[in-house]
Amino acid sequence: MHIIVCIKQVPNTTDVRIDPLTNTLIREGVESVINPFDAYAIEEAVRLKERLGGKVTVLTMGPPQAESALREAVSLGCDEAVLLSDRKFAGSDTWATSYTLAAAIRKIGAFDVILCGKQASDGDTAQVGPGISTHLDIPQVTYVKKIAEISADKALVERMTEEGYDTVETPLPCLLTVVKEINTPRLPSLKGMMRAKSVKITKWTADDIGAEPESLGLDGSPTRVIKIFTPEPRKGGELLKGDTADVAAELVELLKDIAA
Amino acid sequence: MDYLLTEQQVMIRDLAKKIADEKIKPVAAHYDETEEFAWPIMKILADSDLFGIYIPEQYGGLGGGVMDMCLVTEELSRACAGIALGYGGTGLGTFPILLYGSDEQKKKFLPDIAQGKRLAAFCITEAGAGSDAGSIKTTARKEGDRYILNGTKQWITNAGEAEVYTVIALTDKARGARGASAFIVEKGAKGMDFGKKEKKLGIRASATREVIFTDCEVPAGNLISKEGMGFIIAMKTLDSARPGVGAQAVGIAQGALDYAVEYARTRVQFDQPISNFQGIQHMLADMGTQVEAARALVYATARMIDSGAKSVAKESAMSKLFASDAAMKVATDAVQIFGGYGYMREYPVEKYLRDAKITQIYEGTNQIQRNIIAANMIKESLKK
Repeated sequence: MHIIVCIKQVPNTTDVRIDPLTNTLIREGVESVINPFDAYAIEEAVRLKERLGGKVTVLTMGPPQAESALREAVSLGCDEAVLLSDRKFAGSDTWATSYTLAAAIRKIGAFDVILCGKQASDGDTAQVGPGISTHLDIPQVTYVKKIAEISADKALVERMTEEGYDTVETPLPCLLTVVKEINTPRLPSLKGMMRAKSVKITKWTADDIGAEPESLGLDGSPTRVIKIFTPEPRKGGELLKGDTADVAAELVELLKDIAA
Repeated sequence: MDYLLTEQQVMIRDLAKKIADEKIKPVAAHYDETEEFAWPIMKILADSDLFGIYIPEQYGGLGGGVMDMCLVTEELSRACAGIALGYGGTGLGTFPILLYGSDEQKKKFLPDIAQGKRLAAFCITEAGAGSDAGSIKTTARKEGDRYILNGTKQWITNAGEAEVYTVIALTDKARGARGASAFIVEKGAKGMDFGKKEKKLGIRASATREVIFTDCEVPAGNLISKEGMGFIIAMKTLDSARPGVGAQAVGIAQGALDYAVEYARTRVQFDQPISNFQGIQHMLADMGTQVEAARALVYATARMIDSGAKSVAKESAMSKLFASDAAMKVATDAVQIFGGYGYMREYPVEKYLRDAKITQIYEGTNQIQRNIIAANMIKESLKK
């Protein structure tokens, strides 16, 4: 079984700062780590490999320093690593990112399962996984909390919902995004860490993956960010007291005033 | 202090530290209270390859030595010395095979130990043979292609949990210690039983039991080296393993010290943190200096052993003696700095005090260490 895991390197902070001029994340001075949700995808991929045999390829798009995230993934049990890095990818929104990752996956070749974390801790969109499956035209199941059964041509998975979970059967190849309930990620092993130090990272540019230039980076991104800001804290409300009918009438008048 | 570790040793230490902080610290109080054996932690250590660091690569390990083992033992002990002993005790049980085992024995037993699939234990102590290890009574009688073992080993670390036991028994009673031999006994051998689990003052997450041999059958191929080598194997094993006890003591002392410094910084009395008081500052300074001196001696000894030095008994004894006395003192002072809170089991430092005590007792009491040190000093002087 060939499993591909898509990961993202993110700032190791929950307090993301935004550059007010460019509306992008400020990465300087913040340690980079593997997106915490992707750690569950890596662990699940390695577990599938241990159960069924095969290999795990880890894939990321990012600046050259994203290589460290790939090496960490190898220390956790991934076999091969691919870094997509090119200035042309800069400014990608979720659509362009998923287009680029999908193009790289086509180049990687045959696969059975693509695993992604449910979302990244910096952007929080949860759109890249579904975007990849759309570009590749394969089925997707999001928020997977358990892979109950898996064979060469289909998988039975449990998908988290707000009230409980759905059991979904999907043909393979497919894309699954996973939630933290799916497993407990392991710590790296020494042998894995040593392999991670010496493993050759495959590095591809836009030309290598045969991507359409107009579909990449800022040009390929339909999203336009006008402004990113922290919303004003909500001001205290007003509590109306008294007889229900009176309060209702008073409320209607208040709403009319606000509308006017 | 910078001990100029190799890149691989830094990797090993950092991984052990991560496991200690993230996996062991949160459960240390639980295992201390319940006295259960921490199998989930042993599994984590196994998966991380840490059991194999001091085992040669050709037998599935990473080819490091005593120094690497000390780095891991120290880090784990900083979080819980009892859990760390599952790891350290396996090292002690493995050394006879590493040092004197045949290639065949190494091939058979070391790969599983390196992968953490099987823990090991070392059996020498008996009810009547503690410091006087030469007075053991357990016998091994050869019968055809097997040895028949009879006797009871006491206070055996990892007993019942481990699967590979290295056992010292007399093959020639008339010759006393010179008639002792070392055997590998696998758990499940016919005639091998375990006594009840001992209740202890400290290192309560570590399993301590009797190992009872009643006409226990051991294949002749499990004799390590040859008959009569048992006592030498035991002494050389202890020479290699004592820095490990030293490292355990350093870890205990460091763990207690870390808590003490943090507490002194945050505990307010007389309207200021108690770390403002010179009385506390001087205690902390002495504790820190003791820990660093102990660490330096343990590391220097471990490196000397790894360099292949022939005679290490004196240095090995010194490292264990000094580090364990330092641990006892530092842990006692840590409790003192915590005051009444330090005496409460709800707070973490009293455990370090309880755990520290054993390091002055096992693998040779500190009085026996002094005997070894002095005997070697006098011997060296005679040669001058």
